[in-house]
Amino acid sequence: MRSFEYARAADPADAVARFRPGTMYLGGGTNLVDLMRLGVAEPEYLVDVSRLPLDRVEPDGEGLRVGAAVRNSDLGAHPLVRERYPMLARAVLSGASGQIRNMATVGGNLLQRTRCPYFQDVSKPCNKRLPGSGCPAIDGDHSNLAVLGHSTACVATHPSDMAVALAALDARVHVTGPGGDRVIPMPGLHRLPGDEPGRDTVLEPGELVTAVLLPAPPPGASRYRKVRERASFAFALVSIAAVLDVAGDGTVRECRIALGGVAHAPWRCERAEQALRGARAGEESFGRAADAELAQARPLPRNAHKVPLARNLIVRTLLELAP
Amino acid sequence: MEITLQVNGTRRTVEVDPRVSLLDLLRERLGLTGSKKGCDHGQCGACTVLIDGRRANACLALAVAQDGSDITTVEGLADGDRPHPLQAAFIEHDAFQCGYCTPGQLCSAAGMLAEGGPSAITDDLATDPALTAEEVRERMSGNLCRCGAYPNIVTAIVEVAR
Amino acid sequence: MNRIEGHDKVTGRATYAAEYPVEGVTYAYPVQAEIARGRITSIDAAGALAMPGVLTVLSSEDPPELAPDADPELGLFQRREVAYRGQIVAAVVADTYENARAAARAVRVTYQEDPHDVRLRSDHPGLYRPEKVNPFYPADTEKGDVAAGLAAAAFTVDVTYTTPAMHNNPMEPHATLAVWSGDGDLTVYDATQGVSTARDMIAKTLGLPAERVRVVCRHVGGGFGAKGTIRPGTMLAVLAARAAGRPVKVALTRQQLFDVTGYRTPTIQRLRLGADADGRLTAVDHEVAEQSSTLIEFAEQTATPARTMYETPALRTAHRLVRLDVASPSWMRAPGECPGMYALESAMDELAIAVGMDPVELRVLNDPEVEPAGGRPFSSRNLVACLLEGARRFGWEGRDPTPGVRRQGRWLIGTGVASSTYPALRRPSQATATVENGGYVVRVAAVDLGTGARTALTRIAATTLGVPPEQVRVELGDSDLPAAPLAGGSMGTASWGSAVVAACEEALRDGKHGAADTTDAIKAQEDLARHSFGAQFARVRVDMDTGEVRVSHLLGIFAAGRIIDEKLARSQFVGGMTMGLGMALMEATVTDEEFGGFSNHDLAQYHVPVCADIERIDAAWIEEDDRHLNPMGAKGIGEIGIVGTAAAIGNAVYHATGIRVRDLPITPARLLA
Repeated sequence: MRSFEYARAADPADAVARFRPGTMYLGGGTNLVDLMRLGVAEPEYLVDVSRLPLDRVEPDGEGLRVGAAVRNSDLGAHPLVRERYPMLARAVLSGASGQIRNMATVGGNLLQRTRCPYFQDVSKPCNKRLPGSGCPAIDGDHSNLAVLGHSTACVATHPSDMAVALAALDARVHVTGPGGDRVIPMPGLHRLPGDEPGRDTVLEPGELVTAVLLPAPPPGASRYRKVRERASFAFALVSIAAVLDVAGDGTVRECRIALGGVAHAPWRCERAEQALRGARAGEESFGRAADAELAQARPLPRNAHKVPLARNLIVRTLLELAP
Repeated sequence: MEITLQVNGTRRTVEVDPRVSLLDLLRERLGLTGSKKGCDHGQCGACTVLIDGRRANACLALAVAQDGSDITTVEGLADGDRPHPLQAAFIEHDAFQCGYCTPGQLCSAAGMLAEGGPSAITDDLATDPALTAEEVRERMSGNLCRCGAYPNIVTAIVEVAR
Repeated sequence: MNRIEGHDKVTGRATYAAEYPVEGVTYAYPVQAEIARGRITSIDAAGALAMPGVLTVLSSEDPPELAPDADPELGLFQRREVAYRGQIVAAVVADTYENARAAARAVRVTYQEDPHDVRLRSDHPGLYRPEKVNPFYPADTEKGDVAAGLAAAAFTVDVTYTTPAMHNNPMEPHATLAVWSGDGDLTVYDATQGVSTARDMIAKTLGLPAERVRVVCRHVGGGFGAKGTIRPGTMLAVLAARAAGRPVKVALTRQQLFDVTGYRTPTIQRLRLGADADGRLTAVDHEVAEQSSTLIEFAEQTATPARTMYETPALRTAHRLVRLDVASPSWMRAPGECPGMYALESAMDELAIAVGMDPVELRVLNDPEVEPAGGRPFSSRNLVACLLEGARRFGWEGRDPTPGVRRQGRWLIGTGVASSTYPALRRPSQATATVENGGYVVRVAAVDLGTGARTALTRIAATTLGVPPEQVRVELGDSDLPAAPLAGGSMGTASWGSAVVAACEEALRDGKHGAADTTDAIKAQEDLARHSFGAQFARVRVDMDTGEVRVSHLLGIFAAGRIIDEKLARSQFVGGMTMGLGMALMEATVTDEEFGGFSNHDLAQYHVPVCADIERIDAAWIEEDDRHLNPMGAKGIGEIGIVGTAAAIGNAVYHATGIRVRDLPITPARLLA
């Protein structure tokens, strides 16, 4: 690990004021310290934002305001989250381990980086880590990498569970930075890799996540489901956050579907949602919606299983949510 | 940088390199080698300690960032000479073999028992479920045991939880 | 009995290798090769040497003096050639771990890179027949006419199974603390499975007499074979301490373990079985392709269990090895038996289906009178009893063999069975027993890597001496104690225990002291086939929408001689079965064909079972009275638990789904393919 300076910020403005090139904000550290030890992240200056007074979950109109420094475990255990956004609670509780959820912050969870094996190994090329060096994953070990929205430069996936639920909930991410405050919608915080895979998100240098705003819970039933190679404590092969509202006549009034583990960002299934609105809820329409979405999938030789897995998850989860 | 920690009830003021993890501070500087290093990346749980009463991976915690925190390690679980009920139950149920994951399992279990709330497998998230064996298995999954003592670990924890 | 060291382990007082407090300790951190094959052209340490706290840099620029015949893996910095990605090519010694690690990144190594070959395939032109397979078995055996047996068979199975590279991943990464005294004596605190073996290997590598070296290992955080013999990290600490003139600690990272501490070779196994109309085997042919590094020949004994398992008039076993530009494979729990029995017991399941016979019945029918290859009588063989007792407890009777028809909610349910076996051998050992302070002290250079050796030897000694266990103190984990073999091959308790019994008997006769060496007794023993056996039953559920497999129940019934301690034995069996579950469903190290080495090398990407994966595992045993083993009548139990588990689970997955996955692990990707 390279030597660095450390300071604890007093408040968000202080954190931003301390920002200079080479600075990184430290939340729970569960990914940043991990990456620093691997040599993937080499900040010169660490500004600790984990103890900023951004650690509250509180009602905000019809919705909920979640401070960026709220620990994942506190978010998952919060009575209002459990009652009104159970899909989000389940997503958060499905991530990592009890210990890591105690440390990890909401802001840090959003900004965690891919677990692509090449990104994490500084002895190998990676366009995300070292722009222009190449993407060995495309012809190499990509069994748990992207099938949607990837580019010839990068096939990484975003590993968060929480972000998938937030993308389905139309959450809004509040940030502050050298250029002032702004609000970024979810989905929209995370980028697709394109030819600039080094940038995971649309955040500008020095911008700090301060809160996540959850709008009023969408009507209907919701669910988060995660498929992984062991029963717990593993990243998703594919995960799904889904909300389904079916009218009395059996037609879909509204639905939200987001997938995790399939792309560089939480993947909101807009085509599937479009196909479903107004359709009669049932296995046939659910299958057609999944196919409409996954028609864009471009699986790699060793991750083709993610496409049927995603399809089955969409259909199965919607069937479970249908009345 | 100078930091002050409360470690197992004792105030410790130390000068640390910002790169030092809480785990390495405990093991290499404070002589508290009970907390183990199994992966150094939060993937095994052997380093689990309680930070301000909550279980955490000491390998991912920078020591400087813990200034002012209260740390409990496996060495501080017992009440003087009286072992913590989890320690006694682990011995009785043979909840370890090589013993290397054990301090982390114990601290994790102690933290977990104080947590409450639902887990990823709880059917009704609005309720606080009973700590069944199934719930304990999910909640303890951040602590790997390569010897395969899981069934005995679960038995020991469930017994203490009752 | 509760573990003797239990209190130390639950309070954090048990001291592991990296934890001995040593004044003035420094830290060495390795620099690893970033190519898979080629030659080092230069190593520039100037930048590293200028960094804070750095004491010295070791590399082949200035090769440390070693014995000329040093093992190529252990003889660090002697050669400029790179044999595999991740090989240790230099190391930095510094005052703190952080400084050593940071400076290691500043060492500049340049290479002349050659094309590499890291992929095992069954048609690799470099495959050859090794002289022997581990530890001393012939590479090939043949009896009868396999071709004729297959041609005459009413039913045949011709299938190829593969197992991936797997890593032991003990919870304690390999660690060593080396301290040289002023007069050139060396003390090494090492995470090892054998202190006598480690001492001898270190001394041999250095070219020192063994008595100048002492190895201490009071507790070790698991090994499963990975710490059976010393690995390069041990020598790194020794050489770095000599170069720096200070005590040096080397604690390998989890990532480094994947490169330099060994792994189970991947295997490609072709099984051809023939059976007559009644299900009697007419031929068994088991041919294996596996790999080793260019540095050493490590030939896993994968097909050897076929020589023991089933009666057949025609039996051929063959091992073929290819030397690739890969890290050296090594021992991993039940080397040979574990991957070999996975393939054989899966193929037996396929044969049972082909014949239309219950798979328990097929195995019972083909149980041999004498060892199928070689014809030696068994010292005891109770496989059939294990199968029948397991079937009874598991509720196997009346099982409908039709695959893919049992459903509970989203899950398809299936059951499977497989046999287990492991050799019951022992090696020569010494031990002493001495009356001290009104009790007995037993001394033997054994190691307790979590097997319960300390506790088992205490019980063995107490039984022999006719005193309660509290009156016996066992000292182990120090090479200054009477020399003993390493904990491996399920031979530890049998080997050490034989010497402990003899020493205790002599102490009883003498009234003060007894010393034993079992070398002659072991040489004199009858030529018998000594093996433990077992039967494993699995119940799984599979979600065919997602490919998720969960193991609802594992039951293992073992015949392993006399069980010395029930509590510890159960833990050992269950532990082995747990690792077998990992092998079945999740464990695989992926070879990086472009760069060499492995692409997954941590515990987030190399999955081992977590607590939630283990729902119910039961282990039990049948009483076995075998007088031809050792004074305890015990067979080793450390390894048999993992043998057969993966096959039982794979067979159950087939029964649940109708899908036969012949390549481990059985992941969602494979079930959805």
